[in-house]
Amino acid sequence: MSDYIKDAIISGVWETFVMTFFASLFSYLVGMPLGVILYSTSRGRLLENRGVNFVIGAIVNITRSLPFLILLVLLIPFTRFVVGQSIGTTAAIVPLTIGAIPIVARMVESSLNEVNPGIIEAATSMGASPIYTILHFIIPEATPSLLQGGAINVATVLGYSAMAGVIGGGGLGAIALQYGYYRYQKDVLWTTVTLLIIMVMLIQELGIRLSKKTRKT
Amino acid sequence: MDNVFELQNVYKTYKNDGKEFTALKDVSLTVKEGEIFGIIGMSGAGKSTLVRTLNRLEEVSSGTVSFYGKDLASLKARELREVRHSISMIFQGFNLVNQRTVIQNVEQSLRIIGTPRAVRREKAKQMLEIVGLSEKANEYPARLSGGQKQRVAIARALAVDPKVLLCDEATSALDPKITGEILDLLKKINEERKLTIVIITHEMSVVEKICDRVAIIDDGNLAEIGEVKDVFSNPQSKAAKKLVFPSNPFDPSDVNGQIVRLVFDGTQSNVPFISNLVEQTGLKVNILSANTKSVGGIGYGQMIIELPKPAKDRQTAIDFFKAGGLSVSEVTVNE
Ligand SMILES: Nc1ncnc2c1ncn2[C@@H]1O[C@H](COP(=O)(O)OP(=O)(O)O)[C@@H](O)[C@H]1O
Ligand SMILES: [Mg+2]
Repeated sequence: MSDYIKDAIISGVWETFVMTFFASLFSYLVGMPLGVILYSTSRGRLLENRGVNFVIGAIVNITRSLPFLILLVLLIPFTRFVVGQSIGTTAAIVPLTIGAIPIVARMVESSLNEVNPGIIEAATSMGASPIYTILHFIIPEATPSLLQGGAINVATVLGYSAMAGVIGGGGLGAIALQYGYYRYQKDVLWTTVTLLIIMVMLIQELGIRLSKKTRKT
Repeated sequence: MDNVFELQNVYKTYKNDGKEFTALKDVSLTVKEGEIFGIIGMSGAGKSTLVRTLNRLEEVSSGTVSFYGKDLASLKARELREVRHSISMIFQGFNLVNQRTVIQNVEQSLRIIGTPRAVRREKAKQMLEIVGLSEKANEYPARLSGGQKQRVAIARALAVDPKVLLCDEATSALDPKITGEILDLLKKINEERKLTIVIITHEMSVVEKICDRVAIIDDGNLAEIGEVKDVFSNPQSKAAKKLVFPSNPFDPSDVNGQIVRLVFDGTQSNVPFISNLVEQTGLKVNILSANTKSVGGIGYGQMIIELPKPAKDRQTAIDFFKAGGLSVSEVTVNE
C-alpha cells in the first residue's frame, strides 16, 4: 500500500467519524423529540392525540421504508440547498441525518414504551403535569434503554455513511469503493472494511457499557 | 366531623373497542376526616376503579365524587393537579423510579409542588427517618426489599403533607410479617398526623387490623358499609358473609351455641391452638370452618368455631385464645 493510500485511509477514518458524529447528533436532536411525541400521543398515553400520532407516524414510516441509497439520491437537491453543495463529507451529513431521524424516533418510542405504567400513574397521582412526568419520570427511567438504542443507531449511521461514499460522500466507504472496487485493490478494500467493523464494534461496546453503568435495576 | 370524600351515585363504565363493562354501579359513600376506611372485595370487584375515582385517575361515567365538598369533575387540569397534592397514593407495585436513589424518589413529590431544593432534601431526610430508612437514602430501589420499597413510597407520598393517603393493595405483594409492619406504620401515621387513610384490599386481616370502617364491594356494587366490628361480627349482605365465612361452614350443633371467629394475622407463632386448648383446659370446641394458610411457617387466615355451652367455659376458651395473641370476635350465623 502506498503512503498516499495510507494517508487517504487515515483521513477516511476521520471523515467517517465526523459524518457519523454529526449525523447522529442532529438526528437525535430531531428524532428524540419526535420519538417522545410518537410515544406520548399514542393510545392510552399522557397526551393521547390520534391526529398528531397518525401524521408523524406516517411520515416516519415512509422515510424509514425508503432504501437509504434512494433517499441519498432523492435528497441531492435538498442537500445542495442546505449546505451549498451535494458532494463531500459535510454534504453527506444531510441525508445521513434525514435517514436516521425516523429510525431514532422509533427507537426512542420503543424505549419509552418499556417504562412501567405504574410509575406514570404515581407521577400523575402526585399532581405532575404530563410534560413534567415525561421529563422527570419517564425519560430518566428509560435512560439505560435509550443509551442501548443510541449505540445501535450510531452504528447504523456509520454503516450508512459508508454508503454515502457512492455519491461522493467521502470517508472509508468512498475509499473502499474507489480503490477496492473500481481499481480492484483488495488490500485497500479489506483494510477499510476491517476499520469499519472495528468502529462499529467500538461504538456497540461503548453503548453497552454506558447502558450497563446507568442501569440500576 | 368533615367528610373528606363524598360519592353520590357513582357509575363507571369502561368502553373498549365497542365493548362496555360497568365496573361501578351506583356507589354512594362518604369517607370521614381522620378515619382509616377500608374497601374490601374479591379480585375484579371494582376496588381499584373506585379508589382511582377519588383522585380522578379514573373519570366517573355518572354521579359525583367530591373532595371536601368540591366536585372533582368540575376541576380544570391545573386545579386537579393542585388538589392531587393533597391526595397521595401508594400502590401494590410500589411504582418507584428505579433509576433514582431512595432520597431522590422521596424528593420527587416535593419537587412537583415546587419546594426549593434545600428544603426538599431536609424534608426527604425527615420522611426517611419516619419510615425507618435513613441509612438507605443513597441506595437504588432495586437493592431494597418489598417492604422497604413500600416504606419509600409512603415517605414519598407523605412528604407533601397530604390530607389523605390512598392505598391500593399496598400490602398485597408483601408477606404477613412485613404487611403487619407496614400496617402498624400506617396506623401510627394516622394517629400522629390525623391523616385520613383509604385502604383497598382483598384481605380480611388488613381491614381487621387497622380499619375503623369498611365498605364491601361486590361486582361493582356497594354491598355493605359500616364499622368494622359490626360488619365482621354480624354481616348482613351475601358478599359480606362470603368474606367472613369463606368456605361453607358446618351448621353449629346447637342453634343457640356461641360462635366466634379467630383471626390469625401472621403475628402469632406457629402454635397448634386448638389442640393446646384441649390439652390445657380439657375444653372441646367445634370447628365449623377454617380458612388458614401458612406463609413461611406463619399461620394466616381465620377459623370459625363453636364454643362449649357453659358460660364459664366459653370465657376460659376466649381468654385462652386472646392470651395467644389471636383476635377473637363473636359472630352470628343467620341462615
Ligand atoms: N381500563 C379498563 N378497561 C376495561 N375494563 C376494565 C378496565 N379497568 C378495569 N376493568 C375491569 O373492571 C373490573 C374491576 O376492576 P378493578 O377495579 O381493577 O378490580 P379490583 O381492583 O377490585 O380487583 C374488572 O372486571 C376489570 O376487568
Ligand atoms: Mg385492584
